[in-house]
Parts: sequence; C-alpha cells; structure tokens
Amino acid sequence: MTPGEAAEDVITRVLADYTSGEHRAVVVDSPPGAGKSTLVVRAARLIAAKGEPLMVVAQTNEQVNDLVDRLATADPGLAIGRLSATSFVPPPGLTRHPGVRITTRLADLADARIVVSTADKWAYEADQSWPWAIVDEAYQMRSDKLLRIAAQFERALFVGDPGQLDPFSTIDGERWAGLSWDPMQSAVAVLLRLNPDIVPHRLPVSWRLPASAAPLVSEAFYPFTGFRSGTTEGERRLELSAAGFPGPLDATLQEAAATGWALHELPSRHTIRTDAEAVQACAHLATRLLQRGPVAHDEKGSHAVTADRIAIGCAHRDQAAAIRAALGVPGVTVDNANKLQGREYDITIVLHPLSGRRDATEFHLEAGRLCVLTSRHRHACIVVARAGIPELLDHHPSTGGVQLNVPVKFPDGWEANQAVLAHLAKHRVVA
Amino acid sequence: MSIMTAYAQAEAVRAGRAQPIASVRHAHLSTRPLVFIPLKMAGEAAAPLGAMVGTHRDDPHLLVVPQPRDRSLRFAFVTELAEVMVPYIESFQRASETVGTREPYERFLDAPQILVPNRGGIGFTRLLGRSSRFRSADGPYPVHPSVPVLGRWLTFLAERTEFAGASTLLAMTELLALHWATGQSGTEDGALAALLAWIAPPEGMTALEAAARAENPLLTPPAGPATDPGFDAGVLQPGIEAYDSTGSPAQVRGAIKSQLEPTWQLMWEAVDVLRGLPEGASVADRWARDRDDFSRYTAHLATGGAPQPRLDSAVAAAMRLERLEDAQARYDAQRAFDDPLVLAEYRLTGTTFAGRVIAADPTRIVTGRRRVLRPLITVQTSDPVRLAPGQVLRSPARPGQKAEITELAAGRIVLELSGGMGNSLTPRPGSVPEIGEWLTYTDLEVPSPRKRPPFPSRENTPWTHGGPPPEYIPTDEDAQEAWS
Repeated sequence: MTPGEAAEDVITRVLADYTSGEHRAVVVDSPPGAGKSTLVVRAARLIAAKGEPLMVVAQTNEQVNDLVDRLATADPGLAIGRLSATSFVPPPGLTRHPGVRITTRLADLADARIVVSTADKWAYEADQSWPWAIVDEAYQMRSDKLLRIAAQFERALFVGDPGQLDPFSTIDGERWAGLSWDPMQSAVAVLLRLNPDIVPHRLPVSWRLPASAAPLVSEAFYPFTGFRSGTTEGERRLELSAAGFPGPLDATLQEAAATGWALHELPSRHTIRTDAEAVQACAHLATRLLQRGPVAHDEKGSHAVTADRIAIGCAHRDQAAAIRAALGVPGVTVDNANKLQGREYDITIVLHPLSGRRDATEFHLEAGRLCVLTSRHRHACIVVARAGIPELLDHHPSTGGVQLNVPVKFPDGWEANQAVLAHLAKHRVVA
Repeated sequence: MSIMTAYAQAEAVRAGRAQPIASVRHAHLSTRPLVFIPLKMAGEAAAPLGAMVGTHRDDPHLLVVPQPRDRSLRFAFVTELAEVMVPYIESFQRASETVGTREPYERFLDAPQILVPNRGGIGFTRLLGRSSRFRSADGPYPVHPSVPVLGRWLTFLAERTEFAGASTLLAMTELLALHWATGQSGTEDGALAALLAWIAPPEGMTALEAAARAENPLLTPPAGPATDPGFDAGVLQPGIEAYDSTGSPAQVRGAIKSQLEPTWQLMWEAVDVLRGLPEGASVADRWARDRDDFSRYTAHLATGGAPQPRLDSAVAAAMRLERLEDAQARYDAQRAFDDPLVLAEYRLTGTTFAGRVIAADPTRIVTGRRRVLRPLITVQTSDPVRLAPGQVLRSPARPGQKAEITELAAGRIVLELSGGMGNSLTPRPGSVPEIGEWLTYTDLEVPSPRKRPPFPSRENTPWTHGGPPPEYIPTDEDAQEAWS
C-alpha cells in the first residue's frame, strides 16, 4: 500500500466505528503530523451530515480557534458555534467565517450543528447532553477534566498523540500512583485502563516529518507503534540560496539542509538555565538561516522559508524569553515544548533540554518533551547543545521509584534521549 | 535549588552561621502547640517504641512500649497517646465564629497544632493513624474506643500536610529550613540538632562545633523516629530482655527517656527561635483554612463519620487534586507577597521586577464599550525582565490592582492599570503609583475564590472513570498495605 492508501484505510475504519454508534469510545493514536486535524474535521462533518448535534472539546483556546477555522474552511455552509469565556477576543481567523457564531452562552447556539470549546469551558455546561462528541488532543487532557464533562456526551471520538508531553500539575501526585483513575494521568490513559475493551486505532503515516526524521522519531519515541513518513528520501529538499561564510553557524545550516539534522555543539560547561552562549547560538542560527534565503522543495512545490515557518523550541519559559530577547529578527516563533505541541514548521531550532545541566531530572529526561521538540519540522531540525550530554546521561540512569500497579511506560526518557543523541552524533558541528 | 538559596548557603559557610532566607515567618505558630516526638522500633514500619508528648516544656509525657513486638502493647501505647492528644484536640472545639456571607457556617476560633521533629515524624503519624483508625472497640481484637478516634485524627493531620501552607502538623526541620539556609547539605539539614546548631548554636560554641557535636549519637541522639543502631544493640536490647524476664519496664523507660529528652529541649528551643520572627501577613488567612478543615472534620466525626478510606475514589481524587493545586498557588503567591526575600528569588528568574516609576498618566480614560479609567505608568528597572507584552502583573503594594504590560523595552516597562481605584473616573488618592515610587511587579497571583464547575457526585461517576464505585465499607483489612 502507498502511504496514502494505508492512512485512508485506517481513517475509513475509524469513521465507520465512530459513526456506527456501537462504541461508546473510539480512540485514535496519532503520531506527529499524521493528519489528526483532518480526521477530526471529516468526522465532524459526517456527524453534521447526519443532522445530529456534536460537541467538540479541545484543550486550549488556540486549538479551538484552529479547529473552528479548519471546519469552517472545509464546509463554509456549516453552522458552527464557538463557546468562549467573557474575556475572549476572537482572532481574524474566526470572524471571517459567516457560519461561525462566537458567544459565551450555550443557549445562544441552539441552531449550531457543531459547538466547539475548551474542556474548561465545557465543564460549566453540565445541563445539556449530546449524542456525539469529539475530544481533540485527548492525551494532553488531564483525566480530572474528562471526569467533569464525561456525563455530557453519549459516545465520543478521542484523538491525540500519545508520544507528547503528559498533562502537568504543580502537585506531587504520589498519593494516587497506581490507581486506574489517577487524576494526574491523561484522559485517554484512564479511559483505556478502566475500559480495556477499547482498542485504539493508529494512524500509520506522518505527513509532516520528512523521510530523514520519521524513522528516528518512530524508533525513539514510538518503539512499539511505529509509523512511516508520507514522503520518500529526496522528495523534500532544502536549498540555501545565498552562499555562506566559513564557520560553525553556516556549517551547521549546511549540514541541516543536506541531511535534515544538525547538532550545533558548544563547548562542555555547566551553566544556569538561561545559558547566554546557547541562547545566542539559537538566535544567531535563526538570523543566519533567514539571511541564507532558504527555499523548501516538497511534494506540493517550492516556497521560500520565511520567519513564520521557523520555530525555536526549548524546555523552559525563561529560556524562551531569553531567546526572544536575543533574537534580532521578527516573526520567528520561540516557545517551550508545552506551547509547541501540535504545531508545525519547516525548520526548527531546538535548545536541548539537557544542555549545560549538572543533573538529568525526570522533567528534563521526559521523552515527551524531546519528542515534541524534535518532531515539529517538515524539513530540518537543528539541535543546539553543550557537549557532554551522553556523559551526563550515563551519570544519571533513570532511577524513579517503582510504584505498584503503575503500567510501565514506553519509551523510557533516558533511552529515548540516548537514541536521539546517537543519531545526532552523525550530524555534529563543533562550534 | 534557587540561586538565592545557593548564595545564602555560600554566605552561611563563610560567616559560619545560618543565613536568613525569609524576613517573616511563613507558618502559623500556635500559642499552645503540642510537641510530639515518636520513636519506632528498627526494622518495622510503624511499631512504636516510645514517644515524648506535651504542650509544656517542663511537663513532657513519656510513653514507652517495653516490648515493641507485642501487638497488644502497641495499642496500649496508642490508648495512652490518645489520653494526651484527644483532649488537646478537643480543647479547640469549644469556641467558634460564624463566617461566610452567602452560606454561613461555624468555624472554630483556633485549631490544634502538632509539632514533630522531622518529615519522618509526619510519616510515622500517618502510619500510626492508618494502623489504628480502622480498629474497633468490639469484635475479635478489641481496642480501647479512643484508639480509632485518635487514628482518625492522626490521619486527618497527616493528610492535611499535603496542602501547601497548612500548619496543623509541622515538621520542625522543614519549618526552620524554610527560613534559614545553612552551610551543610540538605540531608544534614534533616537532623534537627545539626540544623539548629547552625541557626542558634549553644553559648560558647561556634555553629560548626555545635553541628559536629550534633553528629555524635552519644552526645546528641537522633530526633527519631528511627533510633541509633548503637543504642538499639547496646542499651535497648538489654532493656527489653530485662522486661521479658522480670516484667519491669524501668530499664526500657530509662533508655528511651535518655534518647528523647535532648530532642524535647531542642524542639522548644526551635519554637522560641521561630517565635522571634514576625508572622507573615497572609499566615492568618491560611490558618483560617486550617481551622475550616478542622471544623469540617470535627463535624464529620460528630455525625459518626467513617474513617478515611485507604484509596481515594475517582471523584474524591479529582476534587482533592483541585484543592491541592489551589492551596499550592495560593501559598506560592502569598509567600512572595509577604516577603521581599522570597520575591527576590522571582526577580532573579525574570518573572518579577522592581523599579522606580518614571512617568505616570493617572487620569487616562479609555473609551471602548464604555468609558473606563485605565491609568498608565512607566517603571524603570535594572532587573533582567523576562516577560512579554500582554502579561498581567500585580504589585504586593496594591494586590487588588491589575497591571498589564503594554510596552517593554530596555528596562522601561509601560503598565496599564485597572481595578482598585474606586468606582469613579478619577482614581482614589494613592491608588495610582506616583512618579518616584519604588515598586515591585510580579506575575504571581493569589487565586481568588471563584465558583468552579462541579464534579459529578460519587454515584454519578461516569463510565469513562469506571462508573459508580461500590459503597465504601471500612474493614480491618484496610489497615494493610497493598504489598503486605
């Protein structure tokens, strides 16, 4: 089967399962860029075509806006409601669609076929019941949020990426470790543990990741549920139209353009979180990249890679703020892994979470964090790190306490980090 | 560890004395705390060996289990402990006040406060509560009726410690380490004697000498619950053997007293040291929450409430998590608002800045849907600011006022103010910062009490979370660990 046929085969089965109404929950695991949003839009339109009301749940306002925009673009005639908080300022992407109605009260949306909102907002609408629901980014949703809204729908399609970051809490949840309804777990994890008869579907093709990245990401972060790239070797190409100077910045960019990966390695040193040299390196790489006039060739044609198609990712908010301050060019996205979840760019520059650290904590080892950072790109990913991370990993084998009844989670963050570093070593440029 | 604490620790090494990392006390300190120093037998999770407990430094109660392997003696110990602790707890259930405007309820004016030496003491309290709250006064292995009551209270106290800023059960080492940084490691700070040696060394001794002395178990017995292995083998074992052969507990009693007395003195010295700090402005608010919870649990017991279940149900867990997160956010923000030394840590991370007002437009009006007062001020700072326009900030000087960043460049931050200026279109005097005023702005916010969407009731637990759980009937088995 071609990648397109393989993906269509899974999507057809998902839609048949969901719209048959025989299953209370249909779960779809989607690796990065596997057409999750397209699936959600298709499922929503099928239910709307049945003439039945549908509630759609996403986790953040940006996700909701994006979904509404996609739905309205796919079917301009559809009556879509966007339920929002009072302080919500609708972006132009929403107000340009005549079929979209934005309001704070569900009562105003009586004629909307599809109502989209965040899980937090839905929690206030406990009075109404819906025959159909779609929960998007369900692996980012904490199970206590699902508990609040689960009574509102009869059956639901849960879509999400199991390899991304787990939901977050400021609280140490050891008290609930091992409970199947642990509120710190993701909504899907709890749903699957308590309803073992649900077998998740898996989207088999990543349309985003190039042939240079899909095998590594699949092997490192999805060891048992592999996927392949929708494109083949050589189908995507990155060209730097301006000539470079000799030096590590341009050498890194050339390596990334030629192979899809580059490790820009700074001298080994223990630093504070906002390591000034690493921050500078990220900013300079982005600036230099834009100066080199990158042009991307892919299956859809060729386009110049502009600032809005480039992102810089890191682990912490203060690092993002420091890079933003150091960056001389406007338009480049700089965010931490949590904020970059679900987004897509042509080229990404990643400040490695373990760069310059003395220790490898559970936070910095988390497989989902590295997975998000190394799976946002369509063409190339440049990792900026200080030397010595493999040694750091060897000094900090993962030694988290073992809790009873907690299902073993794959991949292990330590192992995933090793796999990615081993691959990056082949694309190393010493700065 | 924050940069501030690391710096204070380095300073402590250089000065040879603990350095303050807080300028006010961030925990409530009762006028009548109960000090509780438990000891357990080595090799067992929660077999009590003895305890010193009391509310006056001159009047400690010494409780001893002469043969800790004898289970009936263990519950005799719990009964004896209940004789001291339950009347202490119940003494706070007399006077109450009516609070709450929409739904008024009764809240006790004061609540118990139990002080244990360290985190291990809290763990022991939890386990002792677990082993005794499910027991009953009749049936196969009857215990004194006060045992399950004390078990419920100990569990209440131990579970309450999970809430950030709760003060009904406190570990003294953690309380001290919250306010002082020493020149020793975190593990060494876990020893009460060593920690106190850095903060308040005995007269005629330097902190380093006192801390070194604290490491010798013969001069300074450990603060429990674990005892010194040398003591176990050389003193305790012969004592227990003497009890087994003669029936006289005197030797064990003497041995345990010798281990507990030094810590008893240290605990009261630590209380004195903490009393020397002024109380933080928000401590009373958090103590009121402790009193709320104490009042609620008292009511639960009065209606014959069941013991706390071993596991939380899906709904109970989610509700608890929400309350825990709320308490954590409140504690972090309040602590920073109360104390410039804590706020300084946030200044170093770039989420908080301090500076002088260099321009102000206090009467600026914005016309949107209606005319509203939105003064602008410009603050100049040399702090490393890592915030973005659009971020809403607050100042400890005017916590009711929001300040949104509208512009930010080169140490100059323009803030648009809203709230806390009265209802008219001219601001109340003093409500808008004036030129020259020195101010701190932070992105921390004390969560306001708001109505939250409800969780389903226990009987309506949805299918996604396993459906309604079976009704909870506590049994003796609940006292067991899953792995035991």
